[in-house]
Amino acid sequence: MSTLQLQDLYQGFREPKTIQALAQKIHQAAHALNSPLRIMEVCGGHTHTIMKYGLNQLLPEKIDFIHGPGCPVCIMPKERIDHAIALAQMPNTILLTLGDMIRVPGSKTSLAKQRALGSDIRALYSPLDALKIAQENPDKQVIFFAIGFETTTPMTAAVIQQALALKLSNLFFHINHVLVPPAVEAILSDSACQVNALIGPSHVSVISGAQIYQSLAVRYQMPIVVSGFEPVDVMQSILMIVEQALQERHEVEIQYSRAVTEQGNQKAQEMIDAYLEPRSHFRWRGLGDIPLSALQLKDAYKSLNAESVFKAFLSDEPIDDHKLCICGDILKGVAKPQDCKVFGRGCDPSRPLGSCMVSSEGACNAYYRYAEVALRSVKPIEKKRATA
Amino acid sequence: MCLSIPSKVIQIDAANIATVDTMGVQRQVSLDLMPDPVVIGDYVLIHVGFAMNKIDQEDALESLKLYQQIHDSLEAEEG
Amino acid sequence: MKVIELSQGGGGAESQQLVQQLFYRYFKNDILLKSEDAAVLSLQGQSAFTTDSYTVSPLCFQGGNIGNLAVAGTLNDLAMMGAAPLYLSCAFMIEEGLPFETLKKVVKSMAEELQKTNAKIVCGDTKVVPQGAVDKLFINTSGIGHIKSASESVPSAHRLQKGDAILVSGDIGRHGAVVMSARENMNLQSDLKSDCEVVWPVVETLINKGLSIHALRDATRGGLAAVLNEWAQTSQVCIEVEEDKIPISDPVQGLCELLGFEAYDFANEGTFVMSLPCSQVEAALAVFQQFEFTQQAAMIGKVTEFQPGLVVLQTPWGSQRVLELPKGELLPRIC
Repeated sequence: MSTLQLQDLYQGFREPKTIQALAQKIHQAAHALNSPLRIMEVCGGHTHTIMKYGLNQLLPEKIDFIHGPGCPVCIMPKERIDHAIALAQMPNTILLTLGDMIRVPGSKTSLAKQRALGSDIRALYSPLDALKIAQENPDKQVIFFAIGFETTTPMTAAVIQQALALKLSNLFFHINHVLVPPAVEAILSDSACQVNALIGPSHVSVISGAQIYQSLAVRYQMPIVVSGFEPVDVMQSILMIVEQALQERHEVEIQYSRAVTEQGNQKAQEMIDAYLEPRSHFRWRGLGDIPLSALQLKDAYKSLNAESVFKAFLSDEPIDDHKLCICGDILKGVAKPQDCKVFGRGCDPSRPLGSCMVSSEGACNAYYRYAEVALRSVKPIEKKRATA
Repeated sequence: MCLSIPSKVIQIDAANIATVDTMGVQRQVSLDLMPDPVVIGDYVLIHVGFAMNKIDQEDALESLKLYQQIHDSLEAEEG
Repeated sequence: MKVIELSQGGGGAESQQLVQQLFYRYFKNDILLKSEDAAVLSLQGQSAFTTDSYTVSPLCFQGGNIGNLAVAGTLNDLAMMGAAPLYLSCAFMIEEGLPFETLKKVVKSMAEELQKTNAKIVCGDTKVVPQGAVDKLFINTSGIGHIKSASESVPSAHRLQKGDAILVSGDIGRHGAVVMSARENMNLQSDLKSDCEVVWPVVETLINKGLSIHALRDATRGGLAAVLNEWAQTSQVCIEVEEDKIPISDPVQGLCELLGFEAYDFANEGTFVMSLPCSQVEAALAVFQQFEFTQQAAMIGKVTEFQPGLVVLQTPWGSQRVLELPKGELLPRIC
């Protein structure tokens, strides 16, 4: 194997024999664990990998997953979703956003339903398309409702830069970019929190660098492994966490070394810093207000800021979730979806009451959809070792 | 984590736009966020229309070699 | 540039001209040319009757257009009942301003597609509506076919049984992937081609071989996932699929990676799913090998009693998950 083929970057990290071998090694190593490992995978993409490839079915009982805050859409509080809808309802407006935002219900309706009523709402694959749409519709106000963790923020910043260079006067930005470390801190800092290890996000880390988790490892004395998103990556990361736990180490390690460095992508970081700054407060659905956990446009760019320009149409009145929703506890590992009184009884994927049910990466959503399958015994990896 | 997948750079034009190929599907992506120069043949991670990073090919090959060793040695133990 | 005008849907001289010059010219047969209010047909035994409307956008895509899609789709629905296609109706709803050349291209494709069987378009309708009332062109086709086999042998979603094998006739997801990638805002280029194809010749051969086909369905909207779920629900069986046996072409896989989709959620227009006794799998695969467009046919799973009503995907490393019905619009994942 001398030159890397693109296929290798996919298949090589999904190789069944490797997954089984790593599962076996995890079982062997986990024997010596004194107490259970409760690993939080912070990002929805890892939840997706675990569910799609059934990795949780391959692990010994001592290892449990606590699914993290999921995705930037899951954590969007209802009042912010209502902002998107209010903006879309303004006359002569084109509202642009990414993917799942279209589907998520706010307090009364969703962008998809609003679109069916006639508003011009478009799901973009790339924020770059916002520039073209603004240029093609000079008589309309075009608003980009920006969402995403650190991975997606630099792209919005690059588009802001181009909008300024093109002197576009009809393109505005509603910024909802959020930061992972403060949210993780908010979860871990609760004394009831059961999480004792972290799988760090793949692509947030590509941008910000693995350095951003350093203080968490120290403060909470837990192993943190920054993992790739393919099943082999996740399995190897779990093995690395087990080994850290056995050796009583609490370090930040990079499993995804083919893409992640300590420092991250400095150019992308500078692009963000040029136009965006931390917001003093931001409410996360399920977690409540977390200081300095989100970004906003700098004052110098007020004229592009949809929250300033269209302030009259936007309410900041917080809208809480149903009082029986226990997403906050689920995110901290204090409760499981089945413990929630409304799980499957009023709260389900088509009518989510809280963040954990909103998208396919939320814990409740995943449990709801997969819990029906009674798990047959998987290929007995443990048994094999015992008879050797 | 955010969906971002490896693609191969097959063309670069003057406006700093690269054409990347993902198993036979091609798209133009912006290189504006790339910290280092990109050349044809590089593997990059792309996310919402931008390349955000290069894949370290040597590192990837080493990982794949390590995985090969892991399952070879386990097969030997059971053999 | 010559475009279709409102008057051409009005029933008067301009309408007549359009119908004669275009539709009668390319679809011509004795019954159609009689030009009556209704076509008079002689049918024997059991008939299958189906209808479908086609609204695909863009109108033209790699591997076809709305026209051959409208013909193949209805012919295939008949084939899925084991019915030899005989007669089609065809209704056009045209937005004024549609270029004449586009309509002609569509009609020509329809005629070419029809030639793959003995079926004829025997009646039709034309409406031209103001701008905005339809998106360029909508087509409805209805079809009648002759069912040769006895009624208890007609393929049905109710007939899946424990011990059946599930086969697909080719690699999946091509049509849906092509349409997705052709959307303006995607800006993708590829060699992807729709799998749009008339499947009756293959189905006819399978039937003539005396195979006991329990169920047949073309995996159109909702893809493979929708078909398997409908079957599992209707027959109250479990369908267990081995994920790595599902044939998926590289560009479809590439598109799925890029946008976060699964190939089994994408539509197919010339690829179908079949349930038949395990003992007949080899014979069925031998038939598929005879036709150019079914070279990738494969057995992908079995019907069991594991979890009735559910479709379960098995990974090569022994874990499993439920293959669900796709819900809502297909939107690219960003996370």
